[in-house]
Amino acid sequence: MNTKKLQSTNSHAKIPLICNTDTVQALILNNSARIVDVRKSEEYLQSHIRSAASLPLSQILEKEPSGIIEILKNLGVTDTLPVVIYDDTFGALAARVAWTLQYVGHSNTSLLEVTYSQWKRMGLETESNNNKFPKVEHAMRINHKIQADASYVDLAKEQENKFLVDSRERLNFLTEHIPNAKNIPYTMLRSDNNILRKPEEIRRLIENRGMSTDSEYITYCGSAGTLSGLAFFALKSAGIKNVKLYSKSFREWKLLGKVKEEFKDANYWDLSAD
Amino acid sequence: MNDNVNSDSKYYNNPLTRPHIKWGKLEEANNFAHKVKLFRQHALSEDDFRRFRLQHGAYGSRLQMGYSMVRIKIPGGEITPEQLEKIASLSEAFSIGSAHVSTRQNIQLHWVQLEDVSEVMRGLAEVGLTTREACGNTVRNVMCSHFAGVCAKEEFDASPYSKAIAQFFLRNPMCQNLPRKFKVNFSCCNEHGLVRIADIGLVPMINENGVKGFRIYLGGGLGAASFLGHLVEPFTPENRLLSTCLATIRLFDRHGNRENMARNRMRYFVHEIGWDIFQRMVFKERSIVEMTMAGSTLESFRVLLEGHQREVFKIQNKHLELPILNTQNTSTNDSFNRWMNTNIVHQKQQGYFTAFVTLGAGDITANQLRVLAASIRELSIERTARNTPQQNFAIRYINGKDVLNFYTRLADAGLTNPGALTIASAVGCTGTTSCNLAITNSHRLAKEIEYKFLELQYDIDEDLRDSTIKISGCPNSCGQHEIATIGFFGGASRIENSMAPTYTMLFSGSTGEQGELGKTIMRVPAKRVIDILRKIIEIYRQEKSGNETLKHWIRRIVNGAGTGNIRGVEDIKRLLSPIAQLDPIDLDPESYRDYGTDIRFSAKTARGECAA
Ligand code: SF4
Repeated sequence: MNTKKLQSTNSHAKIPLICNTDTVQALILNNSARIVDVRKSEEYLQSHIRSAASLPLSQILEKEPSGIIEILKNLGVTDTLPVVIYDDTFGALAARVAWTLQYVGHSNTSLLEVTYSQWKRMGLETESNNNKFPKVEHAMRINHKIQADASYVDLAKEQENKFLVDSRERLNFLTEHIPNAKNIPYTMLRSDNNILRKPEEIRRLIENRGMSTDSEYITYCGSAGTLSGLAFFALKSAGIKNVKLYSKSFREWKLLGKVKEEFKDANYWDLSAD
Repeated sequence: MNDNVNSDSKYYNNPLTRPHIKWGKLEEANNFAHKVKLFRQHALSEDDFRRFRLQHGAYGSRLQMGYSMVRIKIPGGEITPEQLEKIASLSEAFSIGSAHVSTRQNIQLHWVQLEDVSEVMRGLAEVGLTTREACGNTVRNVMCSHFAGVCAKEEFDASPYSKAIAQFFLRNPMCQNLPRKFKVNFSCCNEHGLVRIADIGLVPMINENGVKGFRIYLGGGLGAASFLGHLVEPFTPENRLLSTCLATIRLFDRHGNRENMARNRMRYFVHEIGWDIFQRMVFKERSIVEMTMAGSTLESFRVLLEGHQREVFKIQNKHLELPILNTQNTSTNDSFNRWMNTNIVHQKQQGYFTAFVTLGAGDITANQLRVLAASIRELSIERTARNTPQQNFAIRYINGKDVLNFYTRLADAGLTNPGALTIASAVGCTGTTSCNLAITNSHRLAKEIEYKFLELQYDIDEDLRDSTIKISGCPNSCGQHEIATIGFFGGASRIENSMAPTYTMLFSGSTGEQGELGKTIMRVPAKRVIDILRKIIEIYRQEKSGNETLKHWIRRIVNGAGTGNIRGVEDIKRLLSPIAQLDPIDLDPESYRDYGTDIRFSAKTARGECAA
């Protein structure tokens, strides 16, 4: 791997959307990225990836973009500094935070391809320092292209060349979903050791479904946009350019009383052994 | 056929990860994905695609043809920990996070999106499993008693024969377009196994000259009309096993009814022309087969068989240890002893035990599969599991000293429900949870019965132990209700102007060589089934004479040979009828809803692809 490129401090290199452990180790070594831990702060304080900053998901969920920018500044993240995010929840929480940073204008944001547990299993470096960073400046540039709200989804669901992707598990999807949505459960997207399958595999899954990768995709899930956040990155990593997240997801859709598709002619819940 | 055996992957080269057969093929997965695309682009007709899909083990799901039930064949019921783990991952990724053990030693994944079926097949091929010919008009999964090799009553281990037959007929051109599906079941002894309800059923035996062979039954099967198989001859030596099977399948292929879907199983043909004639036809056809069969065919079968015989697990040094029951830990002692009593059997190999994992109507979560796999890997010295027609898992070759350890490991995952070998372990087909033909939710009813019976501790009642309860969601018998002590199949009854889910109850079916089909007794509303069962047991407890078990008492009643107050079927019906009587819907709305739903019952079905 070419670490030289990553060393320049003024204008940072764009890092891959999903970073493998080698890349992240090099970034840490060269102090050329901000590693962000989105687990609860207690968990962070116990141990975390070396040099990581703490940013629990709960701190950003209800925040306005300006508040998110404040957080970035306090974490010492400049406009171009690479940010790599991880969690211990199969990538879904990390993905939701990463999407938020991209949304407010920090496009150089990536996911670590493994969870924290896996990082530890691999024997990679951890520490328990409560890391603080000098405050820097960061501009706000809302990226509307990656966000969808209910009225946008309402129109999109009838439009050709736009795919609505429901990331919830199969039985939830069968029970009810936004009309015309396609079900790609988040469980389909991960591999045994990584939070996401290889891009070519995800592409194959999409192509098996006869969905064109040139279309626009809008992901949603049950409530907070976490599972669909992971789907957002999965689709992006597979090379789909135009992906949006309906971050308020199906919970808002139902609260708004919008039309749903339901399937009541089978007792599929009784197959579950849970 | 040899390309089925072995491969370059580390999994196959590791002597520990048996078996070495590669049933699955990656190219079939790719081909399936291709065919789905053609079908979606209307370049393949619906009929052609359906035939192809079924040939590759995918059924349409209930009233939602965009989803499939993927049926994984487990030949002889033998499955490795690695295969269980793969099924766990596939169920999470593409199904509902649970897998389902069927009554014919398949493992089914439900509600898989049609476009993902190829991915499931791809994953299965990685661990050597296949869905090929699990459905459709083919030779279905070849069953073998889960006791084969450890049964004290068996004359020899039939497992290698079952797998050789499975391998010989899998993808065999002669079985690609039979008039209808074709089922082959091997047993270990005259008691275990489903030999009389298969197209070909085989019981291993050694004749007076020490020659290995089988008692072969032909033309049995359950369904809307059921028949028991007929013994073809007193003894068929093993060197005529293949020719007898070939002759039977050839006759079926030639004479089976290809017109009438409802009457095209081989058993109808046998029934229509009469057994004597069919038997003569088999003998004649077998001579022709034996005269004309290429030496290479016989040789290739012999090679397959020998391969499987080499694979048979044998203990090297005999341990002579007795089970060690934990008497120290009193808090778990009760449940452990109960489990020991209802889920563990001795093997003929002294000091070794077979443990049964009780599943609710065959359902098991991905996480449970992983725990099970890890426990098998460490504690079954055979390192495989077998799935059973009672929809449970049998884990064999557990050393007596490891039984408690095995229990403890499974307990954390909720896999130590007692009652596997008792009346509590009710069988239920998928019913309305996923089957197109289902009228009732037989699956949930079986689970409800199991919960209730365990709560009532029916599993520890020795008198109930050898009785069975089996439930199908329609007359098609996938739940094998006709071989249960008390069986049920689903239907609908009109009461005034409302429909209620009901079951037809049968008494006194049984398995094994002396097996009989159940006799229809009466109709019972779905929501009254448990009450009726409790009442039957209550009456039995009052009426039984001496030590007779429920099973024997029921047989006596069916034969009209009861003593005391209940002499025959009519007497017991009189006592049960009040419970089966429903009030109109406004007085008892609950009884007009099936299990698992809060909407009013209506019988909805779609075109069957026969989920049997
Ligand atoms: S066809 Fe009938 S018996 Fe078979 S699975 Fe479906 S409901 Fe059950």
